[in-house]
Amino acid sequence: MPLTETESTPAATAATLTVRSLLVWGLLAGLVGGLLAFGFAYAFGEPAVERAISIEETGTGHAHAGEQPAEHSHGEAEEEEVVSRAFQSTGGLGIGAVAYGLGLGELFSLAFAFAYGRVGSLSPRATALAVAGLGYLAVVLVPFLTYPANPPAVGNPDTIGQRTALFFGMIVISLALLVTAIAAARALAPKLGGWWSTVAAGLGYAVLVTVVAKLLPGFQEVPDGFPGDLIWQFRVASLGTSAVLWTGIGLTFAALLHRGLTKGRTV
Amino acid sequence: MTHAVAIPTPVSIPVRQILPYAVFAGIISLIVLYFVGAEQGALAVFEGTTVHEFVHDARHLLGFPCH
Repeated sequence: MPLTETESTPAATAATLTVRSLLVWGLLAGLVGGLLAFGFAYAFGEPAVERAISIEETGTGHAHAGEQPAEHSHGEAEEEEVVSRAFQSTGGLGIGAVAYGLGLGELFSLAFAFAYGRVGSLSPRATALAVAGLGYLAVVLVPFLTYPANPPAVGNPDTIGQRTALFFGMIVISLALLVTAIAAARALAPKLGGWWSTVAAGLGYAVLVTVVAKLLPGFQEVPDGFPGDLIWQFRVASLGTSAVLWTGIGLTFAALLHRGLTKGRTV
Repeated sequence: MTHAVAIPTPVSIPVRQILPYAVFAGIISLIVLYFVGAEQGALAVFEGTTVHEFVHDARHLLGFPCH
């Protein structure tokens, strides 16, 4: 009911979109992104997760589910294991990734709804990719560089509350600074021109986010003797999983958007 | 960039049109992200560890603090 007024657009010269179609495309894009992220995480992330869990079970790291040093066969049910490792690394990972993708796809489509037609001379598809790229930067990369992802066996259970609060806090701060930077770039554009206002806003974001990251407390909770290459392997896989997710969402959304806009009717 | 069909000029969607959807879909989406990213870790709506264990690997690989 609320959006029907836009459907009276005079001609096809103006590309009017309804939020409803954006949300549907966001959901589809999230599904595709989530499935691709699952594939990537399964292929490149799971080996690191399995290796970390086997180290954890031999007692090097912090206690996880079972506290006894256990044999490495994960297929075997361990005492009071709620969800088996075999399921965690397949169905659990898949459902988690797809659910996350659907949620993120919706938020992405809402961000796109605000950005569309408001970011300079970008085409609709380029706007979608810009939203995905900046979103990845502000929501994934900057928080990751501040509080990097850790494999199982790394992390002190006593600080989980603090680490979670700071990690989410960093996402919120980074996103707020990004939105501020975009608003600043738009406000400065008439004065400085598009190039220098964008450069100034980008540098401003980079400086502020670095200051915030350095002011927030850090955590060094890698157990002694935990292999450095495993941390590296896990973290690259983690960044890659998110990169695949955001790229999948951005490209799928752009494709659906383009298709919708070139069908020659209001969507 | 050449296209067979010309892409029309983007027309921004009025904020008052986006807001109701943003609030509704935004809240639902954030709840979904919360369940994958943090439930039964630092915070818990439901008792136990089933949700945590279920999405365990996704949570780790998506970069969230897990335990």
